[in-house]
Amino acid sequence: MQTLVAYVENKPGVLNRVSSLARRLAINIDSLTVGPTDDEAVARMTIVAHTDEKGGHRLEASLEKLVDVLLAENVSGRSLLERDLALIKVQANQENRPHLMDLVKVFRARVVDVAPESLIIEVSGAADKIDGLLEVLRPFGVLEMARSGRISMTRGCDLLRPPTASEVSGLGEQTLSATQPAALAE
Amino acid sequence: MKLTGAEILCESLTRLGVRHIFGYPGGAILPVYDALGKSKLHHILVRHEQGATHMADGYARASGGVGVAMATSGPGATNMVTGIATAMLDSSPVVCITGNVSSKLLGSDAFQEVDITGITMPITRHNVVVTRAEDIARTLREAFLIANSGRPGPVLVDVTKDAQQASVEFDWDKSVPKLPRKRVRDNHDQAEFDRAVELLNSAKRPLILAGRGIMLSGAMRSFAQFVHSANIPVAMTLLGIGCFPAKDPLNLGMMGMHGEAWVNNAIQEADLLVAVGMRFDDRVTGDLRTYAKNARKIHIEIDRAEINKNVAVDAALIGDARETLDRLLPHMRSCDHAPWLHHIAGLRGDSAVRDIQSLPDSGHLYAAHVINDLWKETRGEAIVVTDVGQHQMWEAQYYHHDQPRTLITSGGLGTMGFALPAAIGAKFAKPEADVWVVVGDGGFQMTMSELATIVQEKIKINIAIINNGFLGMVRQWQEFFYDKRYVATPLVAPDFAALANAFGIRGERVTGRGDVIPAIRAARESAETVLIDFRVEQEDSVYPMVPAGASLNEMIRRPNSPLVETATEP
Repeated sequence: MQTLVAYVENKPGVLNRVSSLARRLAINIDSLTVGPTDDEAVARMTIVAHTDEKGGHRLEASLEKLVDVLLAENVSGRSLLERDLALIKVQANQENRPHLMDLVKVFRARVVDVAPESLIIEVSGAADKIDGLLEVLRPFGVLEMARSGRISMTRGCDLLRPPTASEVSGLGEQTLSATQPAALAE
Repeated sequence: MKLTGAEILCESLTRLGVRHIFGYPGGAILPVYDALGKSKLHHILVRHEQGATHMADGYARASGGVGVAMATSGPGATNMVTGIATAMLDSSPVVCITGNVSSKLLGSDAFQEVDITGITMPITRHNVVVTRAEDIARTLREAFLIANSGRPGPVLVDVTKDAQQASVEFDWDKSVPKLPRKRVRDNHDQAEFDRAVELLNSAKRPLILAGRGIMLSGAMRSFAQFVHSANIPVAMTLLGIGCFPAKDPLNLGMMGMHGEAWVNNAIQEADLLVAVGMRFDDRVTGDLRTYAKNARKIHIEIDRAEINKNVAVDAALIGDARETLDRLLPHMRSCDHAPWLHHIAGLRGDSAVRDIQSLPDSGHLYAAHVINDLWKETRGEAIVVTDVGQHQMWEAQYYHHDQPRTLITSGGLGTMGFALPAAIGAKFAKPEADVWVVVGDGGFQMTMSELATIVQEKIKINIAIINNGFLGMVRQWQEFFYDKRYVATPLVAPDFAALANAFGIRGERVTGRGDVIPAIRAARESAETVLIDFRVEQEDSVYPMVPAGASLNEMIRRPNSPLVETATEP
């Protein structure tokens, strides 16, 4: 499993380009999350891909070839904070509700909706923690579940930010003409 | 100044230095055609949109500049797909402009509407839909920039009809490219560089693998300096042919599936491979598990995604080929590789001494004769545009190119039907050049309708059909690997000379070896396009051959027969 973080242009079709690239490389995406950043023109993605280190490198380098991808970085193996969010609707009645509440407490999850026959548990954390909670909830009857997919951030001063004006490529300012491309300079 | 989107499009192309557009009109691009009529741009009417993309591709490959193809929406756009993929696989800078239905009709399955940006996403470097006239100039400037910078490739710009029709204020100076702010990676790794220098200066049996990237970077001079100062022999990829003179004593010839036997054996015996602007395609490596097992590898490559993709390397120098070679040059110690060069000379065995031209005339005409004679008659100075198949490999073996951009061929995608339209494009890029199409009877029938384009445009090229009555390369595979079961490879063709006449082109047929040179001479002397139908030996095969997936040194060699494997070196 490889985890990649990417900053992309926040506009239609970009998600399609990213996912289409993974499909073309025959890499299965385990989870892909996209969200806005504090720059409204830029979105941040966390991609968890079912591939090895070589595939991770290929995906990273190929992603950066897409015009709309500002930066892609394979963060696998770095010190990472990883979070997944899940909403789990469990069958519950008068009798077992207290027991469920106890379990929820142990997992530091929260009950966010209570109905006569069910309740919804919200849990966030590393994927295996959510898997663990799910395991113990299953005997009660899991009616429905929604998971957000993973978001990741490198710890400490290992910063991954979209490139600022001073770091960007000069491509936008260049002007090439059809008759005088760089390759003809010789 | 207020202009329509269509006028802006034509004006922008003109300002970008475009002189020729290869295209085919239709409803959704009509406003642009109306504006084209008022511009100085020369539009070449093709007979099929695939032809337009191949022409733009041929134009780009011959000139180094951007080729432009144009088509209408729907089938016009989808007909471009093969040409776009061809350009993508060979890193050719082509800009395709398609019309589309009005923006309010997008997604409504309107007449001749197709999601061409969706279709071409994996086969373009970038593509974009333009729905506003005010975005056209900027988008085209961006498209040209993307197409011909870094590792070049095709870009498709899909312009809706309402964007073509709307009138807006045109200001070229304000329409500057606004490409996303991408991070620039600092690819220079000093440790990696030092390791490469160390490997280069200590190798005993080094070999350079030269690819098309050298041409794309304009690194021919730097490359030659590098080769000579390091005194390392060079093997060529198919698309690299021309970037280093064939006549140079250090040029060993082509590698790979139909490469020279001594080249493939030298690769397998080398202790260092220096790959420059090539991507270790499966057609040049054979079985990766046994590929050059004794060799350390240095990869000089602009595209980071190519590093360690097929072959794991010991030192990766990511960047422009010319810059990288220039940086390496001062560190090169001239090493005496005489024992290694002597060894390679020995690997040639008798294949080099048996000159095809000195063999007794058996009365048969072989494709190799035709191509070797063509090389001699044109003194190796023609631009040869080939199709795909046996004739393509014979061209690579028997026509010795000393100049870059003189062999134009579809390598990566292997697109049959490429040659004729690509040659037309090349002729527009290099009107003074002697342009020869070398094409099989199968591939020619795929795009032969472009003969009409030649006549309409009154251009002069020469067409050599290597006619063996078979889809020859497929037949060869059937001979070797399917027990000679020739399913669907025998091919009925029209009388090509008569066909040419019907188009208003001079056509000739050559069946004997002695008639080859006179026919080539006559064609070169003619002011008009000439087509020559060379009736060659039907069941000849290309040797040597590394079967797909076999090790590079496991070559099928030509059985004892009057024909030899390769010609002598130039």
